Amino acid sequence: MIFLLMMAIPACAALALLVPKARFLPDDASLGRFGILVSGATLLVGLSALTAFDFSRASRAQLAVDRVWEPSLDLRFHLGVDGISLPLVVLTALLTFLCLLYTYRHPPAGGRLRLFTALLLVLETGMLGTFTALDLILFFVFFEVVLIPMFAVILLWGGPGRRAAATKFILYTLLGSGLLLAGMLLVAVNAGTLDMTELARRHGAGVPHGVQVTGFLLMMLGFGVKAPMWPLHTWLPDAHTEAPTAGSVLLAGVLLKMGTYGLVRVAVPSAPDGARSCAAALGLLAVVGIVYGALACLAQTDLKRMIAYSSVGHMGFVLLGIATLTPVGVNAALFGNIAHGLITGLLFFLAGSVKDRYGTGDLARIGGGMLGTAPRLASFLTFAAVASLGLPGLAGFWGEMLALLGAYRPDAALSRPAFVTFMAVGGLGAVLTAAYFLRLLAKITHGRPRDSSDAAVLTAPTVYEYAAWVPLVALTLLVGLWPKTLLAVTSGPVRALFGGIG
Amino acid sequence: MITLAALVVLLPFAGAFAGMLGGRRLPQPWVACVPVAVSAVLAAIVAFTVWRSPGERTGTLTLIRTGSLPIRVGLQVDGLSALVGIMVCCVAVAVQVYSVAYMADDRRYTSYAAFVSLFTAAMLLVVFAGDLLLLYVGWEVMGVCSYFLIGHHWEDRANSRAAVKAFLVTRLGDVGFLFGIFVLGVAARSFAIADVLARTGSMSRTTLTAAAFLLLCGVVGKSAQFPLHTWLPDAMAGPTPISALIHAATMVAAGIHVVARLYPVFWSVPSALSVLGVVAVVSMVGSALAALAQDDLKRVLAYSTISQLAVMAAGLAVGARSAAVFHLVSHAAFKALLFLAAGCVIHATATNMLARYGGLRRTMPVTFWTMTVGFAALVGVPAFSGWFSKDAVLAAAQHGALHHGYYDIADPAAVLPDPRPIVTVTPPVPAGATFQTFTVSGTFQAVAHQLPSGIAWTIYLGLLLTIALTAAYSARAWLMTFFGEPRGATPGDTRDATPAETGGEMQDETGGAAGGEMHRETGGDAPGITRGREAPKLMMWPVMALAVPAALLGFFGLGAPELRPELVSSLLGVVLVAAGIGGVWLVWNREPAADPARVLGPVRPVFARAFYVDELYTLVVVRPVRTLARAVAAGDRSGIDAAVVGTARAVRRLAGPLRIPQNGNAQSYLTALLGGVVVITALVVIFG
Repeated sequence: MIFLLMMAIPACAALALLVPKARFLPDDASLGRFGILVSGATLLVGLSALTAFDFSRASRAQLAVDRVWEPSLDLRFHLGVDGISLPLVVLTALLTFLCLLYTYRHPPAGGRLRLFTALLLVLETGMLGTFTALDLILFFVFFEVVLIPMFAVILLWGGPGRRAAATKFILYTLLGSGLLLAGMLLVAVNAGTLDMTELARRHGAGVPHGVQVTGFLLMMLGFGVKAPMWPLHTWLPDAHTEAPTAGSVLLAGVLLKMGTYGLVRVAVPSAPDGARSCAAALGLLAVVGIVYGALACLAQTDLKRMIAYSSVGHMGFVLLGIATLTPVGVNAALFGNIAHGLITGLLFFLAGSVKDRYGTGDLARIGGGMLGTAPRLASFLTFAAVASLGLPGLAGFWGEMLALLGAYRPDAALSRPAFVTFMAVGGLGAVLTAAYFLRLLAKITHGRPRDSSDAAVLTAPTVYEYAAWVPLVALTLLVGLWPKTLLAVTSGPVRALFGGIG
Repeated sequence: MITLAALVVLLPFAGAFAGMLGGRRLPQPWVACVPVAVSAVLAAIVAFTVWRSPGERTGTLTLIRTGSLPIRVGLQVDGLSALVGIMVCCVAVAVQVYSVAYMADDRRYTSYAAFVSLFTAAMLLVVFAGDLLLLYVGWEVMGVCSYFLIGHHWEDRANSRAAVKAFLVTRLGDVGFLFGIFVLGVAARSFAIADVLARTGSMSRTTLTAAAFLLLCGVVGKSAQFPLHTWLPDAMAGPTPISALIHAATMVAAGIHVVARLYPVFWSVPSALSVLGVVAVVSMVGSALAALAQDDLKRVLAYSTISQLAVMAAGLAVGARSAAVFHLVSHAAFKALLFLAAGCVIHATATNMLARYGGLRRTMPVTFWTMTVGFAALVGVPAFSGWFSKDAVLAAAQHGALHHGYYDIADPAAVLPDPRPIVTVTPPVPAGATFQTFTVSGTFQAVAHQLPSGIAWTIYLGLLLTIALTAAYSARAWLMTFFGEPRGATPGDTRDATPAETGGEMQDETGGAAGGEMHRETGGDAPGITRGREAPKLMMWPVMALAVPAALLGFFGLGAPELRPELVSSLLGVVLVAAGIGGVWLVWNREPAADPARVLGPVRPVFARAFYVDELYTLVVVRPVRTLARAVAAGDRSGIDAAVVGTARAVRRLAGPLRIPQNGNAQSYLTALLGGVVVITALVVIFG
């Protein structure tokens, strides 16, 4: 029931915002407070779910709601979480809350805050639904619900190239969804159930090999668009660059995770034979993505675009972890998901603040010396960059390291030499990752400011900016210094996923 | 015991955290110095306990399940870690106390001191870690601390570049290191160091070889050995106490420490030790030659660090683990002393350039005497610490060279996981060869350690040559700094100590760094000619304190049989030292105002630029990567994205003709209808 409540709060609040402006929340300030209140309440419900969750049985779906939805099609309204989805649910609630908190004082250019708040809340409903759904069709519905508000957010509040970016985003991801739906139905019809826990329990029993391969391939492409997997990533740099700060944060922090989460939750367990056949290809695309993303970042001239490409590389590590088909690899993927959500979320918040102050995201026009002119902002940026390049002791490291460890000894059915090669290439990608982040820091935080008058213009971070940054910093530190916080939650269910005892 | 070790690691970490968060509200110098001082005391207690009852102790705080091998969050204390731990703490205390005065006017002292604390904590984690992945955490955190500290004066782009270079070059090696950990951990089914070492005997040769070579990548990077040594000389861009910290106690020491820690792995792979030996010889001779031609005092010391670390690496290659660790400790003492004393010189003269020093002996007597002790230890003047430790390495190398590359293992305990194994030395098979047969966890395995004779000789001769060269460059730096007439510089001169004046483009980075520091230190007060003023007391105390171990530490080696000086090698060493010093003195004496390096003639620029390795890397690595990056960024747009957009356009173009029948024009609908009827009628008529 708790998740029904968790989704109902933002959904109802979004509906309430349809009430004419004159009757309800007439001004932007009260509207902003309303958004904070609603998303804060959702976060609180999420945290209470955290306390209600029985961590000793993390591999079971807990706090479930299971109602008949459409008996003639055997559709069920089935929600619940286990150790795999719980961290993502909390991350979603947290990031949405922080986005609305940030928006209160730093609204996106383009006004219409009412619509913006409503869209973010609908978006939150969809994201929460995606991570809690345990029925395939329900999962797909929520997966699609997310697209429209994000499309609108980019289209209405984006940068100069927003129209093309939004169109590309929606068409590309819809195309992926089409493939995804075909793949999911193909497997589900053959397995004879739409229930995700049941599908995972059967490990593809009764589904012919050919169907599994086709099904997995379709799902891999569908989720791969979302993740994004190289070479299906080109919607991402445009969408991230054009989207307003809150949009970029949620896009990078949560939406990308839906792709990799889907692979772990749906594709791998329901078609394990297919996964084994396609894993080498997935691994290859993943490492190409790692190196390609890093190289592309090295040559970027725009801050947001660079962070966007960095996502391609980081999600490459997540995909590599999944491709190994080992418990450690999937743990790495889930860890990497959360770490990327925290760190890249932080990076996009910071990029937004930089853009606010300098009026541009162009690295050359920002110039240098930010550590002198805006020391706090630059320090946070340095922290985020160092975390993102995978420094041990911060969140980014564990996901990457465990993914490489998984690739060193992949599932017995996979080609070990191929994966060891992937590991080596991925390791080089990690060096390139360090290279572009340090280049970024050297370019904008080091050196002297271009123009001494800049110093006066830059304002200190506001309370609301701190409020958005500090929780993410704290969690990055917590998860990085004590990786057990996450691994203890995920490793049980992941082992169960591979047929072990959770 | 383990709790104490944990406190040793955690106190500086807590200090760093508190310093970073507390800001100006806290008395920062105390936050910086007290935790590490307490750590030093605790480390001494730990070392004392280990000395009283040797043997290794491990403790595990928790086990983190990863889905494959668990990560064991735990520490391990044994003789090696206790010794290195106390060394790290002592140098760190000296550096922190010294920095209070040295960085007194620095606005960013807070972050500086916090990063020094974090650096110390990370190194202590490497030293005490009981798990390879935990060790790797400390290993990498050190890398990022070095990045922040080298780039402390980030206003200057050159410093920023040096910081980035240090991080990236070491990180390149670290990737190999991480993979080496994977190989070892997966083969041993555990990442715990004790388990890994206990199971070395049962690992296949291929596994061990792969692991040893991969680990070497990281060691070569961190300990600044050829070919990944280029970051260290540029790291001089950091404030001088940082150089002392990086060169003496942390970072570069970590590489040697890890080889010593995992010595059984390397011991069973002679090819890895051969490679380590060759790398060491190239590094020690090459960098000693480079040191001979540097114009910057700190750069002389930097190249000397590479050279001395190579001596330790050579010691490890020839099986003299204790000697290598001994040299590591004595080097820590005298190199920290040299850097901190050099800091006093720079503080007083506001320049790094040797050519602007001279005659400081009279005006800075304390600095002169302490630095003399440091140089004497570095050179290996008998009875100073460096003489004992270097001689122990030389003796082992000599033994191997004279015995066709077979090495006695000087301290079997070092190679074997303490205390279970039993060592039996079987009678030598070929003349002079010694085989070690030892048990590892119940499985017997005979391990003969032999390097090819040529390599054994190369190492030995390389060491001899290095000893002479070390004496020469030390004598040059010492004479130019403290003797002769004060040369100094006019205020204008010092301010524009441009690279062009002081010897080549290569000085670009440190020249800039020196400039940056200089402006800050002099704070507008004109330095005039070389001032001779001793540094503040707070800076002199650590220097004087470090002079004591730098001078006397060697005598501790007398306790262990394998570390006692041997007659032939020590005599040879003394002769070479005398030759090195004498040669430089003769050249210098002819014209004390000039640089003795002038006799190098046309090869001087080659040495000064360290054989153009940097230029080579720029050409072979940096530029191609940049080009590739630009190509990818452009290709993403014109290739992959264009394909996507092109597909969309093609779909739309395809849709154009299909749209015609449904364009809403009633006239065309009717025309089509009529046409259809005609066609159907015609078909019915013809075929009906």
